[in-house]
Amino acid sequence: MPDHRNRYGAHAATDARRRRLVQLGAVTAAGAALRPLPALAAPATVRTSARIVIAGAGAAGLAAAARLSAALEGARITLIDARREHYYQPGFTLIASGIKPADYSTSTTAEYVPRGVELVGQAVAEFDPDGKRVVTQDGAEHPYDFLVVATGLSLEYGLIRGMDERLIGSNGLGSIYHSPGAAHATWRLMSAFADRGGRGIFLRPATEMKCAGAPLKYTFITDDYLRRRGNRGKAELVYNAHDRSLFGVPIVSEKVRMLFEDRGVQVRHERVLEAIDPGRRRAVFRTPEGTEEQDYDFINVVPPMRAPAAVRNSPLPWRTGPWAEQGWLEVDPGTLRHVRYPEVFGVGDVAGVPKGKTAASVKWQVPVAVDHLVADIAGRTSDAIYTGYTSCPLITRLGRAMLIEFDYRNNLVPSFPGVIAPLEELWITWVMKTMALKPTYIEMLRGRA
Amino acid sequence: MKELDPWVMLAILQEMLGPLLWLLVGVAALGLAAFVALLWRERRIDARRVVLSQLDGVIGGALALVVMARVSSSGFTDAGGPIDWIVIALVFCAGLVGTAILAYTAMGFCPRCRGGRCRPGTEDGRARGAARA
Repeated sequence: MPDHRNRYGAHAATDARRRRLVQLGAVTAAGAALRPLPALAAPATVRTSARIVIAGAGAAGLAAAARLSAALEGARITLIDARREHYYQPGFTLIASGIKPADYSTSTTAEYVPRGVELVGQAVAEFDPDGKRVVTQDGAEHPYDFLVVATGLSLEYGLIRGMDERLIGSNGLGSIYHSPGAAHATWRLMSAFADRGGRGIFLRPATEMKCAGAPLKYTFITDDYLRRRGNRGKAELVYNAHDRSLFGVPIVSEKVRMLFEDRGVQVRHERVLEAIDPGRRRAVFRTPEGTEEQDYDFINVVPPMRAPAAVRNSPLPWRTGPWAEQGWLEVDPGTLRHVRYPEVFGVGDVAGVPKGKTAASVKWQVPVAVDHLVADIAGRTSDAIYTGYTSCPLITRLGRAMLIEFDYRNNLVPSFPGVIAPLEELWITWVMKTMALKPTYIEMLRGRA
Repeated sequence: MKELDPWVMLAILQEMLGPLLWLLVGVAALGLAAFVALLWRERRIDARRVVLSQLDGVIGGALALVVMARVSSSGFTDAGGPIDWIVIALVFCAGLVGTAILAYTAMGFCPRCRGGRCRPGTEDGRARGAARA
């Protein structure tokens, strides 16, 4: 690793007294006699003139900006993202289920940008890790000492032959991943389907994907609406899995298999959506034997996903192995530090790690990456390690969900062992999903959770 | 969900309820302070008032369950395991106890309700009101 520890003249400047006063003020204002907890206890801030560029102002980028701006004094932190809206993506399933309104997930990026952090409203056109600079689409160059890549991923609807994103919301063609608007349009279609029955087709892509539980959740929710409206007998539900399992964690896959069997959902393995004919409501799946056509009255299309073009076309992705083709960032799974460019970190969906493209992953990845980055500046070493923890409140019917938490090794790592069993369908998990997760997420964006 | 410390929980509650959180905290704090003041003044528990306030508490508990069901887009038939029933019982108990304390305190400070029930215009009510004045 290059020695970049002394170049910034970094030194730890403990600013505990000021922070304690701020916390005391906050506590007094709250009228609460809570003791500041270790998570918020005054850390030493590090004075530095380092230039830090964060590419992407989604969940991971904003959370990284919040934590870096709190940990560093004097650093020039630049956030680069062209999109002005911020989407709370875990809410898309709730919008598409008629549980939350269409605007539930939408806010603005600007409201979460920490003070002192510059927001550049441009898309990244080029990553040049050898020259330590990022070029935006307007041609501006942003040199950096440290780079945090948090661009998220790209939904590749174009890789499905015949697919037209503009048709989402018509003719039985739904897709909850696309946007809040598409999720709401999908809700209207699914509700109409639940009113009359027919053939519902569900699937997931063969690529890595964000929130692999979402396609399963939506299958369960559609089943439940059909039952509540007395039309389950008029409907056939088919779930197409891309491989021999239903979920990446074997024990969870088996539980989902049992639940699908109980709910009468047909499962077809090794089916990958290859083409679609929206006019004729026909989907074509690639199978080990060739292709298979499936007609539908309602379909939830989940597109292939890969790293954004600017990342894929840079030296940053894996060069060999299963993630090279999809362009995920070649980072160490424990530290999120780039394997070949030590001043580069990758967090969130774009990180090429074995598990979890979820907001829960972001929550646990960002503090680790930030700790290593700040340690570099401060001239110390960090022992922070990300174990792959992620979680998925897997809705199995309206009003119930399973709180699935796991790590890189497919171990279940329940937060409340003996209280909230991971494979049990519980109302409390549903309450967490519908009420507590969004506030937790927003606290994460602000670096407080 | 891996870590739920009280400070984070407070921040989450603030995000969920906004200013309503502090209104509820304020009502709870004032209600509790008034309750303690009432006990200090009377130096006894009025049995009749306790019974009546508990009846009000049942309504408050039920109301808490209705509010919980509405904000969580679910119903109590969705309970699927022991922890669900425990949480439902806790929500009911919180509503019951909170409402009972407020009702007991209100009855205690209402001059016409002393002794556990409102007796507008009665000798007793007027006498007590006059005595306080």
